[in-house]
Amino acid sequence: MRLIRVMCSGRVDLEFIFRAFANGEDGVFIGGCKLDECNYVTHGNYDALANTYMAKRILAHIGLNPDRLRIEFMSGADGNLLARYTDEFAKQIREMGPLGTSEGMDSEEVRFKLAAARNLVPFMRLAEREKLRVPVKSKQAYTRFFDSPDTDRLFDSLFSDKLAVSQILLLLAEKPLSTTEISRQLDLNPSDVSRHMITSSRHGMVMYDTASNCYSLARA
Amino acid sequence: METIEGQKGDFQVSVKTRPRYIIEDKCTGCTTCMEYCPVEYPDAFNQGISTNKAVHVYFSQAIPLVAYIDDSCLYLSEKKCDICHGVCKTGAIDFRQTPTRTRINVGAVILSSGITPFDPSVKEEYGYSHYDNVVTSMDYERLLSSTGPYEGKVLRASDKQHPKNVAWIQCVGSRRVTEKDNSYCSGVCCTYTQKQLILTKEHDMDAQCTVFHNDIRSFGKDFERYFQRAEALPDTRFIRSYASIAGENPENKNIRVKYATSDEGVKEEEFDMVVLSVGLNPPRAYKEIAEKFGIDVNAHGFCDIDSSNPVQTSRPGIFVSGAFQGPTDIPESVFTASGAGSRTGEMLNFRRGKLSRERVYPEERDVSAEEPRIGVFVCHCGANISSVVNVPSTVEYAKTLPHVVYATEQIFSCATNSAKEITDLAVEKGLNRVVIAACSPRTLEPLFRDTLREAGLNQYYLDMANIREHCSWVHARQKEEATQKAQDIMRMSVARAAHLEPLKEFDLPVNKTALVVGGGIAGMTCALSIAAQGHEVELVEKSKDLGGMVRRIHSTLEGLDVQTYLDDLIASVYKNPRIHVSHEAEITDVAGYLGNFTTTVQTEGRTKTIKHGASVLAIGADMYKPAEYLYGENDAVFTHLEIGEQIAKGNEAVVNAQSLVMIQCVGSRNEEFNYCSRVCCGHAVKNALKLKEKNPDMRIYVLFRDMRTYGFKEDAYRKASELGVQFIRYTPEDPPEVEAVSENGSDMIRVTVTDPILGQRLELDADILSLAAAVRPPASIQEIAGLFKVTLSPDDFFKEAHVKLKPVEFAADGVFLCGTAHYPKHVPESINQAYGAAGRAITLLSHDTVVASGSVAKVDEYACVSCGACITACTYDAIEFHDTTKGKKAIVNPILCKGDGLCNAKCPTNAIVLKHFTNEALCGQIDAAVTAEDIMEQMDAVLEEA
Repeated sequence: MRLIRVMCSGRVDLEFIFRAFANGEDGVFIGGCKLDECNYVTHGNYDALANTYMAKRILAHIGLNPDRLRIEFMSGADGNLLARYTDEFAKQIREMGPLGTSEGMDSEEVRFKLAAARNLVPFMRLAEREKLRVPVKSKQAYTRFFDSPDTDRLFDSLFSDKLAVSQILLLLAEKPLSTTEISRQLDLNPSDVSRHMITSSRHGMVMYDTASNCYSLARA
Repeated sequence: METIEGQKGDFQVSVKTRPRYIIEDKCTGCTTCMEYCPVEYPDAFNQGISTNKAVHVYFSQAIPLVAYIDDSCLYLSEKKCDICHGVCKTGAIDFRQTPTRTRINVGAVILSSGITPFDPSVKEEYGYSHYDNVVTSMDYERLLSSTGPYEGKVLRASDKQHPKNVAWIQCVGSRRVTEKDNSYCSGVCCTYTQKQLILTKEHDMDAQCTVFHNDIRSFGKDFERYFQRAEALPDTRFIRSYASIAGENPENKNIRVKYATSDEGVKEEEFDMVVLSVGLNPPRAYKEIAEKFGIDVNAHGFCDIDSSNPVQTSRPGIFVSGAFQGPTDIPESVFTASGAGSRTGEMLNFRRGKLSRERVYPEERDVSAEEPRIGVFVCHCGANISSVVNVPSTVEYAKTLPHVVYATEQIFSCATNSAKEITDLAVEKGLNRVVIAACSPRTLEPLFRDTLREAGLNQYYLDMANIREHCSWVHARQKEEATQKAQDIMRMSVARAAHLEPLKEFDLPVNKTALVVGGGIAGMTCALSIAAQGHEVELVEKSKDLGGMVRRIHSTLEGLDVQTYLDDLIASVYKNPRIHVSHEAEITDVAGYLGNFTTTVQTEGRTKTIKHGASVLAIGADMYKPAEYLYGENDAVFTHLEIGEQIAKGNEAVVNAQSLVMIQCVGSRNEEFNYCSRVCCGHAVKNALKLKEKNPDMRIYVLFRDMRTYGFKEDAYRKASELGVQFIRYTPEDPPEVEAVSENGSDMIRVTVTDPILGQRLELDADILSLAAAVRPPASIQEIAGLFKVTLSPDDFFKEAHVKLKPVEFAADGVFLCGTAHYPKHVPESINQAYGAAGRAITLLSHDTVVASGSVAKVDEYACVSCGACITACTYDAIEFHDTTKGKKAIVNPILCKGDGLCNAKCPTNAIVLKHFTNEALCGQIDAAVTAEDIMEQMDAVLEEA
């Protein structure tokens, strides 16, 4: 475990989490103060908790084991707790093996999926504020909200399409591709891909070239 | 303290310091000596449950963080062993030390001697000395702690097993008139037991928890809800019963507890562990303290205080704070400490700042245009780091890192000569950033920042790579990997250092005037204390006269003649040339921030603009006007406050009544108002005693839910009971019923209540009914909170910055609170808190400037899309929109920003950044955590396995 110091666990950006994984880290651990015992008055550890829940779902969505991300809360006097969590986490990660191996993905694919997720970080921040903010700051309320089937559906509606589009855009940045090629490369349903292409084209993000029957990035 | 001579303003104090056998300046707290010390003896900090070494740091967060040698040391007793002397690399061990005597000349003394927990071994019946699995709440507190005897595991002494079934017995040593026990209520045990119960359930959700209690005294702020939270936990029982230790099961060492309930009679039950909720005794040496300092103590051994000035002892110039005033909780201890500070300040203000000297640094070199030139200093920390990490190879590795132009090793980077070396080398080698690979920044970052300033570098150009706590201390047996890790940590630190920017900490001038809102007892006390320390005070009162709610209170349980005191106080306020009172005032606008507020007040037909540096909100409380129990419909129904006034006036109908009934908790502790009004039980007892004094034959009944006569008020409760006042408990499910009846030509109030022991309905015919009407937040609190940008608690009282540790501050800097607007409290408590608020306000006002940290957020206006995400994220109100030529953009007030960086993680366009913890700096660290070689190696290993 290599530690990076921030002044509040709420400063741990979603970007930091995905970036670490994209760099090939096998696990990310966030340590925050005990809930409801904030040193500031902000209770930013709840923001860290919400970010963790979100990032775990995104990881699961792109096929990575969400247990590779863990958050724990402890006080400055809880050195032995940190040691315990670290030992547990290190053991767990060692059992999972390097990132991608336990998930059946090669490092190329892992990096590609994470790049797609990272491009969505600004959207995730907006979505968190608009749709995923829990009004009551209590561990129970957070668990209840993030573990509920309603939130599952909400996540799906918020991120499924966005993640697919984000991956498509990454592919198209390499070279123009046809709908069939895209659906094969990303293992997506062709009809879903066409739907994404129509929306993306309406949003002016992609262009269709009738001659080659391929889509390319609009700004390219 | 050996002797104290002289008087207020000029004391000669002789202090004897026992030897630590450690030279404090040389000890780095490295703990090597502890490893080698052969002597183990019971660890006093962990209640003697586990052992510690004869040389050790008293506890892990001790200040100063240096070791001391206990008398159990072999060298001290038998001149046998001096291993520690040999292993200490800094030569900090000094067995030649002898007790030293120091004479100090001081103007004032503050006694903060605290309490001693009640020792249950003084009485056989508590079973503490006989049974392994009977522990005190102090023992249990340590067992629950992660730094406790079993590192956070709760284990029984008899078999080191987790107790699955724990019982607490309340009031051990408290509320008992038997010998060796204390007659008073210790005030804190109900809630600390609930805390221990909650923690026990957090340790083990399946644990069975039982609390045997008398009244539940949840009179503190938010304590009622806390109790409800504890009570609602599964497998938790709160049983109202006297309980005693009946014995031990010889087979499993379980403890048998005997108790009685009204439904089931006397019972015996077995528990894995029993916790005695011990009360608070005066400090063990209270007699010695009283004698040496020449102060009076009360019959219980606590400091004898005057309720109009509770921080003052009987000897001028000697003040008292904390639980030596009488049993108190943490918030009271904290504000009485600030209060004693403020009273001392009043006396010694003429000398304020006379002993301080200004530090002069060389002029700061502007290196912002230069390429990073990083110097790395790797510390051995004696043997702490170098016995595990290969320091020379780490230094060599450092030299290969980007931007590193110089690297060297040091035995102790924190030693004075090493710091000087860093300064000199920074100048000589033209370094513009410094990485110290040593220990945690927690203790030494300020020192090394200072070192950089000495070298003419901006202090924010420092980064510390923690290769001790994060590396050598935890990987002592894996030297090679530890060296690798130390190099990783250092590489990450160097990557971060390359992105560091010079930051300015700027000084903001402080306006020396204070604004106090509210002319009640708290506001006036606070204003007088601030004025006595040389500051102008603007006191703003909404009504025509000063005095507030206390105008209606005539005496306290402690016997203070409140009205005389109040008149004197008001006279002092008007006579004080520094206090300017605005009557019939309404605040219409508050602008500015800490040190520089501008408040607009409408007063007696004119507009007054007040510029001030600090604000104290002391706007008091309202009384609930009961809608129940015939209040307002029948002339014989009063509130406790009104009865107090009638007694003072000598209203014959009241004083000569044959019978009087009091109903407690009217408008408190219900679903809508889920808090205890704290003062009503004391008021009931006070009124009952007054009435009994005037009319001993009067039949008085007090219908209550829990009598909350905490602290020494318990004695008054007992006295009332002895005088024949009848206390009858009722439950909220079965409240008293009240009707007006007319019998034999006389009108009376008939109160019907269930007798809790007999279960029958009792009819009490009363001439007078007195209701314990709740204390409510004042009507204006929402408006005032809005104007000063402060927040309210769930019950609409002011919300302090931290309920325990910052009880007179708001989260908004420069705004303070005191009195009943914070939470209901008795007169002496309000006075204590008023002095506390004055103390905190003075801490701000006595400085010419406030320093704002350089590590604050800033906005890139080009990237800002005006979404407001940062503004909603900031609880300090440090960010707002301002108009620019490109529309509304977020702007940060660096004075209010605390540098937590929440906004940074919320901004969708990365327009707002927390300086010193920028995305670039942190991402640099993240990227440097893994080298390309690492990843390649890892991949190769996987391929090989496959």
